[in-house]
Amino acid sequence: MYAQMITAEASDEDPKLLEEFQARIDRDEKIEPKDWMPMAYRKTLIRQIGQHAHSEVVGQLPEGNWITRAPTLERKAILLAKVQDEAGHGLYLYSAAETLGVSRDELVELLHEGKMKYSSIFNYPTLNWADIGAVGWLVDGAAIVNQVALQRTSYGPYSRAMIRICKEESFHARQGYHAIMQMAFGTPAQKAMAQDAVNRLWFPAIMMFGPSDSESVHSEQSMQWKIKVRSNDDLRQQFVDQTVPQIEYLGLDLPDPGIKWNEERGHYDYSDPDWSEFFNVIKGKGPCNVDRLNDRTNAWEDGAWVRDGLLAHGRKKAAARTAAE
Amino acid sequence: MADNALFQFLLRMGDNSLILGHRVSEWCGHSPVLEEDIALANTALDLIGQTQFWLGLAGEVEGKGRTADDLAFLRDAWDYRNVLLCELPNGDFGQTLMRQFLYDAWASVMMGRLMTSSDERVAAIAAKASKEVAYHVERSGDTVVGLGDGTEESHARMQAALDYLWPYVGEMFDSDEVDAAMVKAGIAPDPASLREEYDALVGKVLGQATLTIPTDTFHHKGGRTGYMHTEHLGHLLCTMQWLQRAYPGATW
Repeated sequence: MYAQMITAEASDEDPKLLEEFQARIDRDEKIEPKDWMPMAYRKTLIRQIGQHAHSEVVGQLPEGNWITRAPTLERKAILLAKVQDEAGHGLYLYSAAETLGVSRDELVELLHEGKMKYSSIFNYPTLNWADIGAVGWLVDGAAIVNQVALQRTSYGPYSRAMIRICKEESFHARQGYHAIMQMAFGTPAQKAMAQDAVNRLWFPAIMMFGPSDSESVHSEQSMQWKIKVRSNDDLRQQFVDQTVPQIEYLGLDLPDPGIKWNEERGHYDYSDPDWSEFFNVIKGKGPCNVDRLNDRTNAWEDGAWVRDGLLAHGRKKAAARTAAE
Repeated sequence: MADNALFQFLLRMGDNSLILGHRVSEWCGHSPVLEEDIALANTALDLIGQTQFWLGLAGEVEGKGRTADDLAFLRDAWDYRNVLLCELPNGDFGQTLMRQFLYDAWASVMMGRLMTSSDERVAAIAAKASKEVAYHVERSGDTVVGLGDGTEESHARMQAALDYLWPYVGEMFDSDEVDAAMVKAGIAPDPASLREEYDALVGKVLGQATLTIPTDTFHHKGGRTGYMHTEHLGHLLCTMQWLQRAYPGATW
């Protein structure tokens, strides 16, 4: 979802290789780790997959915020299983990034230094229990729209990761919708929580697709290389179209007065989000940026002795094995 | 009496897994390394799953129409029957894993015994839980060994964790009239009878971890009887029960 943020660099690579590479892309061949690829393609993917992995990891935090307050044992179990899945996706995506010649530790370091991003959505707070349903339904829902498209992305390991991840994400989205249904059809207080969650998370969710295509200067190269296969606006429209009826089914007010069925287009019209807010969040000025990053860096630093201890033990065991041989 | 004793026994089992599962879930997203985030969430998930079975059966045995959720979310601290060990704060990662190991070792011995319970429902829950517990004790044991026999710092932290937690181990082997009734009915073993096997298992792992078991045999108690919990439990319940308490009667 961050293809739009990535700088494709002018290249002085062999035009013949570049041409062959583009021809492979045009034939819809998958690019595999050992294949030749333009440096900018590699860099773009490292950033995109790395940011995706970071998003899964940071994404544990807003949900973890409610694990200890989940209202039933079943909801607690569902949420635990979900964050466990997200962490697993993180692991899987870091592995996909590693096939491009960058280590997980390097990527994590870049995140902690503020040199890599994660999805802007996770810089918003989860304030009531309905937010947990809304995150599953709207946030994972938006991610799925994006990721289903990315299943056709040109880089093999990323494409395969997306196929696997989408299966679990679809499950999350259904569970999220079920959770928010309970709220919307529950007591007046629960319905108010559901409305509050939808009101707050709607615009951040539709911002997940990135700025409008006309503003997204880096999209073109990513589209040409089939790293991106559909435009931001296309994906956003699909998400709006599938989500509006779901909001209506819940009996909740639409979070945007601009939402209206457009017979001529065959799509819902909707208001443009406040992109200055999006760019502020990207620049670190979202409601939770500082806390999220502090949480991650503190966890990493507090855990240094654990990683060092386990490594030292591993070395001792290896040395003992060598001595015994 | 027999049903009440069984109810109390089931609360002890279910509250152990509920409270420890809750504690472990507090780590979400804050582990030293991503694999540990996954492992801790997985452990917490297993424990909450076991809780659903134990407390579900407890409610059934009690016969007052209380569900596992009612028991988990609508009792006050004095009605909880978990051992104190489970409610102690997480501390650092080492303390969390040491607590986990000391509990897992007990649970692995206990589930083994309960699989032959005269009560089929208890035996069935234990059979399911035993598979999870076998994995838990292997993982927490390996981590205790790795950190105990790691660097100077990790060793010192693990020894400190053991010194802090050891006085809470003895409570898992205390017996009272509830246990006597369970033994008589063939439902559960006398907790004291688990000790030898436990000491052998724990002694072996802590030995590999180059850690020293404290020699003082004193132990705290009051959790499994409900007589006196630690101050920590009330705060845990404040968080865990908040939604159910603030919005009574709602369905979630």
